[in-house]
Amino acid sequence: MTDAVMTDVQTPDQMRRDRAARASDAVRRSLKKRYAAEARFRAYGIGAVGIAMAFIVVLFATIISSGLPAFTQSAITLNVELKQDVIDPEGTRDQSTLINANYRKLVFDTLLAEFPDVTSRRDKRALTAILSSGAAFQVQQLVTSDPSLIGQTVELSLPVAADFDLYNKGVINKGTAESDRRVSNQQMAWFDTLKERGIVESELNTTFFTNADSREPELAGILGAAMGSLLTMLVTLALSFPIGVCAAVYLEEFAPKNRLTQIIEVNINNLAAVPSIVFGLLGLAVFINFFGLPRSAPLVGGMVLALMTLPTIIIASRAALKAVPPSIREAALGLGASRMQVVTHHVLPLAMPGIMTGTIIGMAQALGETAPLLMIGMVAFIVDIPGGITDPATVLPVQVYLWADSPERAFVARTSAAIMVLLTFLIFMNALAVLLRKKFERRW
Amino acid sequence: MGEVDMSNKVEVTAPMASADAARETKFHTRGVQVFYGEKQALFDVDLDIYENEVTALIGPSGCGKSTYLRTLNRMNDTIDICRVKGKIELDGTDVYSDKIDVVHLRARVGMVFQKPNPFPKSIYENIAYGPRIHGIATGKEEIDQIVEESLIKASLWEEVKDRLDEPGTGLSGGQQQRLCIARAIAVQPEVILMDEPCSALDPIATARIEELIDELRDNFTIVIVTHSMQQAARVSQRTAFFHLGDLVEVGETGKIFTTPQDQRTQDYITGRFG
Repeated sequence: MTDAVMTDVQTPDQMRRDRAARASDAVRRSLKKRYAAEARFRAYGIGAVGIAMAFIVVLFATIISSGLPAFTQSAITLNVELKQDVIDPEGTRDQSTLINANYRKLVFDTLLAEFPDVTSRRDKRALTAILSSGAAFQVQQLVTSDPSLIGQTVELSLPVAADFDLYNKGVINKGTAESDRRVSNQQMAWFDTLKERGIVESELNTTFFTNADSREPELAGILGAAMGSLLTMLVTLALSFPIGVCAAVYLEEFAPKNRLTQIIEVNINNLAAVPSIVFGLLGLAVFINFFGLPRSAPLVGGMVLALMTLPTIIIASRAALKAVPPSIREAALGLGASRMQVVTHHVLPLAMPGIMTGTIIGMAQALGETAPLLMIGMVAFIVDIPGGITDPATVLPVQVYLWADSPERAFVARTSAAIMVLLTFLIFMNALAVLLRKKFERRW
Repeated sequence: MGEVDMSNKVEVTAPMASADAARETKFHTRGVQVFYGEKQALFDVDLDIYENEVTALIGPSGCGKSTYLRTLNRMNDTIDICRVKGKIELDGTDVYSDKIDVVHLRARVGMVFQKPNPFPKSIYENIAYGPRIHGIATGKEEIDQIVEESLIKASLWEEVKDRLDEPGTGLSGGQQQRLCIARAIAVQPEVILMDEPCSALDPIATARIEELIDELRDNFTIVIVTHSMQQAARVSQRTAFFHLGDLVEVGETGKIFTTPQDQRTQDYITGRFG
């Protein structure tokens, strides 16, 4: 009887084995599902990364393809006779005479000489429109820097006006109705003739890197904005780095943990979330209207951006300070270092790479900031390259904004080119941050 | 050293007692209470620490032995919510009074921590740091000498004399801990506090540190917190047993381990709890 029951019910040993087998089966069944889920998850991840990368590729491709033309500039090679009677009829070689001479006439006459059959005033004007107004300026510079050239004939490569540059690049073409484009059929014919004679060539647009803004696209350059950005960033760095690091060190190392410091902490985090244009308004109201600081100046721009960058630096610095192991602090304290010495000798140097990384990221953010600078007048059209922090200036992103807003067709390419310059700076800064982090990363 | 057996104990009890009076008291603490916020961590601890002796503090985790140790050089100051009450005198001066500056106190009472914590600097800089900030040594030669002496005393010199410029963090765990001891010695303290100095080390490194502690006894007063009763028995002359924030029993190490007076001490050293 008992034996029969035993075989029916299974021995405990059998039961255990049975249960193990069933569990193993269940695991095997669920495995497939789990692997499938894992594969799906990986696919989502790859998909997400792929989409992000695709956007970046499209963005860069668009910017680069539309910006590249701006780096070349069409020029006409002409043999200009620097006539004594036009430049300096009295032969005084006086500097003001040299500066104020009618170089336009010189240049235009040279071009007109290429087309002896053009006689009417209107046609002459239309023909000379091919040359940029910068051509005369170029000759002026040449003569004033070397007056001994007067009387000689020099071969000069003179920039053409932006519209003809675009025609040369194929952006403006005969496909558009004549009334809808800024280059007439007649002008196109003249330009083609010049090309046939082999005196039109495309050269590197150095003007773009050496000039400030201009109404004429072919004379507009990025250097003014780049200088403005540099000066603004210097002011921002000089203000936000020491203030930010001091605040972070105090809050992290010295401040008592009470309600007040908690409120301060929350508000610093809030500050990081304040829209940047609000900082611009604050700068306008306080720095310019109340303190009477100059408008459009890198000084004020830098101050406003410093306000904006401060929370980033403080938060990053505090994280970096927090990451320094307490054992280092204890070691120094145990040796009898004062709290100040603990911070300056040990904690701060160890946190510095993190602080630098945070600062660079904050600065990169500030470099790309436009809105607050619009409020304080850094959106002005400025032809001079700023020489100091109180000179009127604009910055790279604002220059992009200004050019994007310009009606001239040629500014389209220059806008993209300016974006490329800006992105180059940003990528460089971010790379620097990564490099610093890699180089000084420490393990305890 | 260190093996405590009955025969030894019986013989030395009487002479030790008389020696008690002759020994100089370094730390004299009475009614020490420590609070972490609302929680009381130490209840009325009365303990004397004698000069040129190793005093071991033992007890189960959370019994307050480390807390007591850290009141001696005011390392508890760094914890915001920590309050200390009672009398803690170093050579007759209350360490919590205005008469003693905390920086000066820590120069006199050095500390070695549980986990070796060398600065992420060179071996040389690790040791030179203390003398330099205190102005004990100024010239390069003087500091060189202190570095060498400290490393010799910490029996690390032979191993590192050719690579003083290498980072201290590159040494092995045991070497790092000896470096930390050398660093503490370099400031020429009177007392060295050790908070479980061997708990992160392997047995061989532990044995070296224990040997070292025994040698250091000639020049320094040492207070050591340890979880290992064997270690307490091996290195210390006096042992204090803490339990739940109370100082249960204190006495000659031999006596504590052989004839404890309190049932709780008895239970702990026989491994019934802890």
